Amino acid sequence: MNLAWKDVAHQKLRFLATAAGLGLLFAIVLAMGGIYQGMIDDATLLVEAAGGDLWLVQRDTRGPFAERSVVPLDLEQRARVVPGVQWSRAFTTTTLQRSHRGQRLRATVVGLSWPDPPPIALEQGRPLRVGHGELIADLSLGLALGERLTLGGDEYVVVGTMRGVLASSGDGVIYVTNQDCARLQSYQPPEAVRQAREARQQQIEALPLAVGAPLRRQVGEQDLTAGLLAQPMVQAVVVKLAPGYSHEQVKARLAGWTDVTVWSTEEQRQLLLQGVVDKARQQIGLFRGLLAIVSGILVALIIYSMTAAKTREISLLKLMGARTRVVVAMVLQQSLMLTGLGYAMALLVARVAFPAFPRRVVVGTEDLLLGAAGVVLLALVASAAAIARALRIPPTTILAG
Amino acid sequence: METIRAVSLTKTYGQGELAVTALSDVSITVDSGEVAALLGPSGSGKSTLLTALGLISLPDSGSLWLEGRQVLRDGRPVGDLAKVRRERIGFVFQKSNLIPFLTARENVSLALEINDRKGREVQARVEALLRYLDLGERMDHTPDELSGGQQQRVAIARALATSPAMILADEPTAALDSVRGRNVMELLRRVAREQRTAVVVVTHDHRTLDVFDTIHEMADGRFVEPSVDAASAS
Ligand SMILES: Nc1ncnc2c1ncn2[C@@H]1O[C@H](COP(=O)(O)OP(=O)(O)OP(=O)(O)O)[C@@H](O)[C@H]1O
Ligand SMILES: [Mg+2]
Repeated sequence: MNLAWKDVAHQKLRFLATAAGLGLLFAIVLAMGGIYQGMIDDATLLVEAAGGDLWLVQRDTRGPFAERSVVPLDLEQRARVVPGVQWSRAFTTTTLQRSHRGQRLRATVVGLSWPDPPPIALEQGRPLRVGHGELIADLSLGLALGERLTLGGDEYVVVGTMRGVLASSGDGVIYVTNQDCARLQSYQPPEAVRQAREARQQQIEALPLAVGAPLRRQVGEQDLTAGLLAQPMVQAVVVKLAPGYSHEQVKARLAGWTDVTVWSTEEQRQLLLQGVVDKARQQIGLFRGLLAIVSGILVALIIYSMTAAKTREISLLKLMGARTRVVVAMVLQQSLMLTGLGYAMALLVARVAFPAFPRRVVVGTEDLLLGAAGVVLLALVASAAAIARALRIPPTTILAG
Repeated sequence: METIRAVSLTKTYGQGELAVTALSDVSITVDSGEVAALLGPSGSGKSTLLTALGLISLPDSGSLWLEGRQVLRDGRPVGDLAKVRRERIGFVFQKSNLIPFLTARENVSLALEINDRKGREVQARVEALLRYLDLGERMDHTPDELSGGQQQRVAIARALATSPAMILADEPTAALDSVRGRNVMELLRRVAREQRTAVVVVTHDHRTLDVFDTIHEMADGRFVEPSVDAASAS
């Protein structure tokens, strides 16, 4: 006969309610950890997804994740022929905010080098097949396969979807070709262009004739040629090292190029973590630590009072001459049952609720095992105090009233 | 045969001016199969003596032998007293002292299980005991589903389960009406006879005194001449 189990079975509801409460608490601790990891993953996802080992960015900048960085598209070709470079791909990104089907659509658009885009892990659909007018969208954006939408004055069709591809802002990612991305970046709605042109025209017209005439001609030419002559610009070029080449070797070669600065992927990762999400990350880390402490104290209190509530039974067991281990086992098993069930409920909550969170919650197997170990440890430590108390209960307690 | 032999038990609660001498130089012997009553006014030390005999709350001084083996020497334990309690002593107290989350059957089994006795035979013994105590229909009920008398009988079944050398009962019938109280007392007496158990019962109920073989009366922590004697009561 297992006393711990019999007691639990006798007050199932209370036990379940307590375990459920603990489960929610554990789930929140897990969620905090998961959100923390999710932020890191989201923040670095674009760097990771781009692959590669080196980032070529605009001279004297820290790259597109930190500030404005513009390099010419032909840098992709130039880098490709450098010895030690296995491949090079242009990197472009822009943010998109518009209303779509009456809902706000916020996305981070990322360009894929074209032709020969890198492989993308798809949930449904297919990769991009043509250089223009197709996109792959993260499911969080709510775009359906085959859906058509107008971006930057052009019509795009959703050919593929992916899951969990979010930028550090938490927005879902849309992949298009680099060319399309650049187009979206520089696109200005015709209405805005017309208004800007009119405004300038009015300013010029307001000037005295002698000054205004040459300007008038100039402005007109600029408008005509700007879109046609400009060399397509991208934000960075990502380079993958060929096997057998070290970072230093290739970096040394590229260092001679006056228009670029070279960063390693790790440096870009760190930049993202520090610059973009560090504060939020620290805050969540702190919060999670506090929560872990609070749940530790709560578990200890619950187990302690659970034992205190059994003072009479423990006293009776002692009076009957039960061995110490009978009492210890009862307390210990019960706290393990409680925290174990609580943790199981936390896992259930995690399974059901975490995917519905607005931001990504990343809880790996390792975290789950670590959590389980932590919970067991917690139960043991909390039981220690309860057991110490139980062993001090005299057998005479049961006789007094 | 002497089951209990206690010599010069003394016990004082508190210190200085507040000190209460609950036992002063009390000696008693109880034979196997003997049913002894402990009488006396409230506060005279009956419960204190019972818990000393039961090795629950040790006296300050005095010696105690159980079945010829010394278990207390000058107030100090000789050997593992918890072991002596679980193997050789059965307890019944005034209020039901059952574990609330166990059924009648489980409460009785518990006494055997803490003695590492489990399995079919044990279950059979528990059921036989409960039936013997007229609880055959209530075996799978928890204490809160049993009447006071039924609870008390479960406690007696538990005390009997290990076939102890002695049973100590502190006002076991206080919570019962006189008919049921008498039943319990007669039951204890039957057990003492059949199993050669020494039984010591604290009681206030003078109407059941005829059940006892010997009567001890206490006042201010010592034995006094009984105001009634077993022979005249019966
Ligand atoms: N734990 C204790 N601490 C201090 N004094 C105690 C304690 N237990 C008993 N006493 C005192 O010792 C004396 C004897 O108490 P005891 O409980 O043995 O009396 P009793 O004969 O059983 O009385 P009752 O018939 O009321 O149960 C009393 O004066 C009581 O106040
Ligand atoms: Mg008493």
